Amino acid sequence: MATVTMTVNGKQVSADVDPRTLLVQFLRETLRLTGTHVGCDTSQCGACVVHLDGRAVKSCTTLALSCDGATVTTIEGLANGTTLHPMQEAFRDNHGLQCGFCTPGMIMSAVDIVNRKGHDLDEHTIREELEGNICRCTGYHNIVKAVGAGAKAMAK
Amino acid sequence: MSATGIGAPVRRKEDFRFITGKGNYTDDINRPGQAHAFFLRSPHAHATIKAIDTKAAAKMPGVVAIFTGEDIAADKVGGLICGWMIHNKDGSPMAAGAHPALAQGKVRYVGDHVAVVIADTLAQARDAAEKITVSYDVLPAVVDMNAALKKGTVQIHEAAPGNRVYDWHLGDKAAADAAFKTAKHVVKLDLANNRLIPNAMEPRAAVGEYDAGNDALTLHTTSQNPHVARLVLSAFIGLAPEHKLRVIAPDVGGGFGSKIFIYAEETVCVWAARKVNRPVKWTADRTEAFLADAHGRDHLTHAEMAIDEAGKITGLRVSTKANLGAYLSTFSSSVPTYLYAPLLSGQYDIPAIYCEVEGVYTTTAPVDAYRGAGRPEATFVIERLMEVAARQLGQDPAAFRKKNFVRKFPHQTPVIMCYDAGDYNASLTKAMALADVKGLAKRKRESARNGKLRGLGYSAYIEACGIAPSQAVGSLGAGVGLWESAEVRVNPIGTVEILTGSHSHGQGHETTFAQLVSDRLGIPIDNVSVVHGDTDKVQFGMGTYGSRSGAVGMTAIAKALDKIEAKAKKVAAYVLEASEGDIDFKNGHFSVKGTDKTIDFGSVALQAYIAHKFTGAQLEPGLKEGAFYDPTNFTFPAGVHICEVEIDPDTGVTRVDRWTAVDPGKGILMSRWPPWGPGRH
Repeated sequence: MATVTMTVNGKQVSADVDPRTLLVQFLRETLRLTGTHVGCDTSQCGACVVHLDGRAVKSCTTLALSCDGATVTTIEGLANGTTLHPMQEAFRDNHGLQCGFCTPGMIMSAVDIVNRKGHDLDEHTIREELEGNICRCTGYHNIVKAVGAGAKAMAK
Repeated sequence: MSATGIGAPVRRKEDFRFITGKGNYTDDINRPGQAHAFFLRSPHAHATIKAIDTKAAAKMPGVVAIFTGEDIAADKVGGLICGWMIHNKDGSPMAAGAHPALAQGKVRYVGDHVAVVIADTLAQARDAAEKITVSYDVLPAVVDMNAALKKGTVQIHEAAPGNRVYDWHLGDKAAADAAFKTAKHVVKLDLANNRLIPNAMEPRAAVGEYDAGNDALTLHTTSQNPHVARLVLSAFIGLAPEHKLRVIAPDVGGGFGSKIFIYAEETVCVWAARKVNRPVKWTADRTEAFLADAHGRDHLTHAEMAIDEAGKITGLRVSTKANLGAYLSTFSSSVPTYLYAPLLSGQYDIPAIYCEVEGVYTTTAPVDAYRGAGRPEATFVIERLMEVAARQLGQDPAAFRKKNFVRKFPHQTPVIMCYDAGDYNASLTKAMALADVKGLAKRKRESARNGKLRGLGYSAYIEACGIAPSQAVGSLGAGVGLWESAEVRVNPIGTVEILTGSHSHGQGHETTFAQLVSDRLGIPIDNVSVVHGDTDKVQFGMGTYGSRSGAVGMTAIAKALDKIEAKAKKVAAYVLEASEGDIDFKNGHFSVKGTDKTIDFGSVALQAYIAHKFTGAQLEPGLKEGAFYDPTNFTFPAGVHICEVEIDPDTGVTRVDRWTAVDPGKGILMSRWPPWGPGRH
């Protein structure tokens, strides 16, 4: 066992973990933050995306120990208290989800896209940037709309 | 219409929890004292198991128990079942091999379940599984259907000689043959409809629990139909009687059919929970989903169309081999038969149709219902034939379709179905206008100038949805009725709970079902909650698949709401001191005809519960009604897709230029924002 300490959603947490523990296991099983999902466990589907020191990472292929001292934001930490993050609001307003399983990863990726590419995103950019997130329900149409609308709303 | 009723652009009620990470999927569930299951799977497509040595594995840290097929057999755990009996051409029943939850003596596909290790942690269970030694005698793999059916090929199941599960047919062979004898044109086509893997985003998962105090089992699982799971696990697999087995399917992260079925892993988790007297959890990783979720499609088809001088279709002959995989999954037998051949008439008036289907065992993962299940396979056959026939006849594919569309309804096809209504010509005409088919020639010339190829294809589809009239499917071999149930519970302050046997795996029933209630009772959807996915809460139900939750599940709710309205009118009559026949109900208010006396729905609900305005002899207190709805026919949604692509002949890169779909019908939940415009995607 090894000790890992990190700041998750603004709170410092520390735990003894098996060295092979993945970040997503640490979040879901140790911290019981089950909003981050495991869809493929191979970095392809993006259901597990969280922000690590402000950048989107796939937590299913990140070792928890490698995040020692880092700051992590999960879907549970995105809203400001009871006020939803504009990207969350945009997904709801645009029907950008159906079963909801890919949604936390989609939203976390979308926020990261805006952080990197700005608030005025065209459809092509959004589709290209969402390459690492898979949805099987929606056909992406409303997700792309949601990301575009969320990006604009984040500028306000 | 109320502001949140049918057709209103409301926000989905379930979305808040999904966008904030507060969903409750099966893998999010953890129970005190929980152990973890890991399945050791066959690395061989086909082999006999000589011996399984678990001694070293049992000594590994954290191991609670290791079970194999012998333990399942010793406990008399029943095999997994196929719930639809198909009969051969000669009337004999199909040949189905045994399907034990853990392999007994033989493995039949890569991923077949050989043993389960239960340990304190998943990592420990995985580590221990690596120490299990299995001695196999490897047998030849048979993955190709033609090879499987060849004489002398190795037998996959003793019970199915020649690896043939069934040799089934539908339609009038003599009539079809006669049409071909007199045909002016005969069009022939060989098609492969490839196997695919459903891949819902949420992998399958199960948490089995045993309550020793009450000798009762609970299974939390990723299911589209928890009541069907309980029925099968009780009545056939024999784990516990229904009143001692609770199946809970919480939020389900997509299914596409793959979560209809009763699988080995879920069965083993709930069985093992009693054996080890601890909750047992298993969640598939994606590799396991590829290996052991039921796959879809996998047909080889030869199809022929007879056409007369006037370009009218006179006959259709279809011969299909359907790969059912290594075992018959829960509804597998019905998919390439009764969910397939009855749709081969498509949108067309075809006087004679004959279809024969061979169901084939191969050493591959089981195949069962996937997205449309059989019906898209039928559409693929008929629409490819229409396109090829039009080209061979030198006719415009749209004009050829229009010439052959069914125009009069109801229309009885030669293959069971009676289409109730439709206007296929209107859909195609509208789609052609939206897709600007007229402008194709010009666009084609432009593409040619740029060295590109351009073309478009049509697909005019029809489905049989709203599955299904129970007596009809029973006569075709179904082991269950396919009605749906609903219960409407009105609380004293007028809020409503809907208990439904349908279950959402992404369809948004919590919203759309609430919209129906809102529409009928004139209350906002926020005052309605939908209860589903729990056999202890909802009495019974058949679940969600076959596009049935709207047509069958919501109709059951509507029937229960009829009873609520009738009962509430009686209450209102006592409260308003009028005769029941004089009570009107509109926009959430009961009123006495011709007067200004009125009372709102919530007040009537309260009066129903406090029961001060009527005696027990006059009226039963309370406001709660239930209904079972069994449809009298399928529904037949039909529409048209037109796809135009541009191809770079040098690189083969294909670009979808425009994709147009016309899908008539009234939307229940409408978009909150205008779409980006037709023809975009």
